[in-house]
Amino acid sequence: MKAKTQSPVLWPLLGLAALVLLNAVHDIGFLKITLLDGHLYGVPIDILTQGSRTMLVALGMTLVIATGGVDLSVGSVVAITGAVCAVLLQGGHSLALTLAAALGAGVVAGSANGLLVARLGVQPIVATLILMVAGRGLAQLIVDGQVIIIKNSAFEYLANGFVLGLPVAPLLVAGLFLTTHFALRRTALGLFIEAVGDNETASRFAGLAAARIKALAYIFCGACAGLAGVLAAANIRAADAYRAGENMELDAIFAVVVGGTALSGGRFSILGTAVGALLIQTLTTTMYNLGVSPAIAPVPKALLIIGVSLLQSDKVGRWLGGFFGKKAAT
Amino acid sequence: MPGLLELRGIGKTFPGVVALAGVDFTVRAGEIHALLGENGAGKSTLIKVLTGVHPADAGEIRLAGQLIRPAAPKEAERLGISTVYQEVNLVPSLSVAENITLGRQPGALGFLNWRAIRRRARAALARLEVECDVDAELGSLSVAMQQMVAIARALDTSARLLVLDEPTASLDEKEVAELFGIMRKLRGEGMGIVFVTHFLNQVYAVSDRLTVLRNGQLVGEYATADLSRLALVGKMLGREVSEADFTSHVAAPAATTQPVLAVRGLGRRGAIAPVDLALHAGEVAGLGGLLGSGRTETARLLFGIDACDCGDVSVKGAPVRIASPRDAVRLGLAFCSENRKAEGILPNLSVRENLIVALQGKRGMLRALSAAEQAQLCGHYIKALRIKTADAETPIRNLSGGNQQKVLLARWLATQPAVIILDEPTRGIDIGAKQEIEQLIAKLRADGLAVLFISSEIDEVVRNCSRVLVLRERRLTGEIAGADINSEKLMHLMAGTHES
Repeated sequence: MKAKTQSPVLWPLLGLAALVLLNAVHDIGFLKITLLDGHLYGVPIDILTQGSRTMLVALGMTLVIATGGVDLSVGSVVAITGAVCAVLLQGGHSLALTLAAALGAGVVAGSANGLLVARLGVQPIVATLILMVAGRGLAQLIVDGQVIIIKNSAFEYLANGFVLGLPVAPLLVAGLFLTTHFALRRTALGLFIEAVGDNETASRFAGLAAARIKALAYIFCGACAGLAGVLAAANIRAADAYRAGENMELDAIFAVVVGGTALSGGRFSILGTAVGALLIQTLTTTMYNLGVSPAIAPVPKALLIIGVSLLQSDKVGRWLGGFFGKKAAT
Repeated sequence: MPGLLELRGIGKTFPGVVALAGVDFTVRAGEIHALLGENGAGKSTLIKVLTGVHPADAGEIRLAGQLIRPAAPKEAERLGISTVYQEVNLVPSLSVAENITLGRQPGALGFLNWRAIRRRARAALARLEVECDVDAELGSLSVAMQQMVAIARALDTSARLLVLDEPTASLDEKEVAELFGIMRKLRGEGMGIVFVTHFLNQVYAVSDRLTVLRNGQLVGEYATADLSRLALVGKMLGREVSEADFTSHVAAPAATTQPVLAVRGLGRRGAIAPVDLALHAGEVAGLGGLLGSGRTETARLLFGIDACDCGDVSVKGAPVRIASPRDAVRLGLAFCSENRKAEGILPNLSVRENLIVALQGKRGMLRALSAAEQAQLCGHYIKALRIKTADAETPIRNLSGGNQQKVLLARWLATQPAVIILDEPTRGIDIGAKQEIEQLIAKLRADGLAVLFISSEIDEVVRNCSRVLVLRERRLTGEIAGADINSEKLMHLMAGTHES
């Protein structure tokens, strides 16, 4: 119990280490990072770059889950903002305007979810399911059912560029993680979110603006998904309203849960989410490297998630405690 | 005479706490055995060991001579040990009949036999001589009736031993009398009954023998008739108690100053008819009345939890609007709910976080309390209120009920309120903690707070209040002050017999 409260990221970190080890044994080239034209290349860098979008979506998801909710619409928001970017950039608008509009679209989507959940009291799954389904249609509408190719080198730089030899997207996401972490822990917002997630009625009775705090979490989540949509579109240099962000909500929820934030709300761990998202991306890459067919790829993913969840469960902990001497109960 | 149930040398340790050490406990067939002790004395833990919720670390349990080791509540139930827990553990959205038979519904091949379910539910209720529609949704019934359903559920199995963990906490006097009738009837049928309660007069009214625990250890087992009330309290507290502790009386304050909180015609349809009331600094005003008379409803209106239909509120003479608890807290109000579990504690958060949350909410999210300020607040209140906890980082759910209540009081005191509303602050906590809370209330009054004190225990109201407002049938019906306050007068007002 003590070890777990001190470090919710222990198990996902161990899982990540095990996966890296497995890959390294299979092919030592996995760990190799080379310097080419002053830029870093290699599988670990790929994992960071490709995983950055899931990490970003999972960051927002962490706060929503901490309030006791869930946001299923993030994948559709990714598609919407990608479509917004493509239409604006191809329409000749500036990059700054495009980015602002994309971020704005994410905030609007998050506000819609927040309104439904926090003000109108709709169940989070139902409320965000609405945008999950309708949002993809909206994205199709924006691009008129076409896949729009984006030709803008500055935009592309966001996902595939390098700064001081390091890839831009992971740096950006790491910066956001750090900023969010400090914003939550240096102010009282982190405590408020955990309080509302742990017991909403009691929090309200203690004078917290529970509805506002919940709405804020959904808005932040929408903004994160919006930004992830920008990165996704920049990565493939196109807006694909049909496939962009597909199943991303599930990966994000996995990352949050594996990272030690309970779906029931309350305590959350930003660091845990980062590790969880990396774990999932590493697993995806691993299966690609090992030549596992994409059709059966979800199976090992599911096994990993079951494994980590079991290790985090109190019940299994007690059961294991039986072998390793006395362990905390209740 | 051999015991129906014999516990020998029971030990149980939780992380950081020895909950029980070498406790013996014997219940005979056909007796009502009271289990007594302060908060954290180990009563609830002993019950949980007995019913398989927390299997014991040491010791043995014999039921009718047979060694048993229940590892789950269901197993204990099968062995004939049925339990009604302190907080009603039923499913509000299911019907009475479903609740009574849940987990052991008659039927075959996965199909339920609804006729048999209803029949069994009716039979179980009939045994208690309770009139109740078995198809009614449980949540629509009064708390008292839900309690009866919980007992009916416990008796639905072929129970030999019935454990009642504070069954009377939410019942009014008539309902308590009914419950006692049922307990005596079951005793006559040869059942052993374990009765956990904080109400000493109930111990003397109904129990045959009693066992006292203190700090997880056995103090002794006595025949109820042989132990005086004062001696019993002494055993529970581990110290001698003088009568004076229970008869202190509060002088009426000079209520000529401007009221801190005043409301005129504040009401809400279906909850409470419009009331006028004024609270002054340095007074403890009681809000008396029977269960369901509208006491909690009034408190909720004052604190902005429920919206009022009509009425004006002013704080220190200035008209204000209180539309949410947030508004109320900012205006210097505080409210300790009677429902600690659902409306009070943040169970998985630490004592520290539970303690600072209201103050932090009042300051807003940007002006975060520093770690040093938080530590100082926690250190101060843990010491001042004698909160028993391993440290400030312990999750509050690991604390006993009385200590949780003290943390909640500390949460509000930290906001330095001008008015504090205490709704049943002593419910479900033991006599020692009760005394401490009463002393605290006296101190708050001396410090110049206005206290609105809600309690079902008449003696408690008489002891603590300088003025009592009495509610009956959801309207304010009377007020008595100062030396006029006595339990007889109060009871007349509450029952409405003063008018005739």
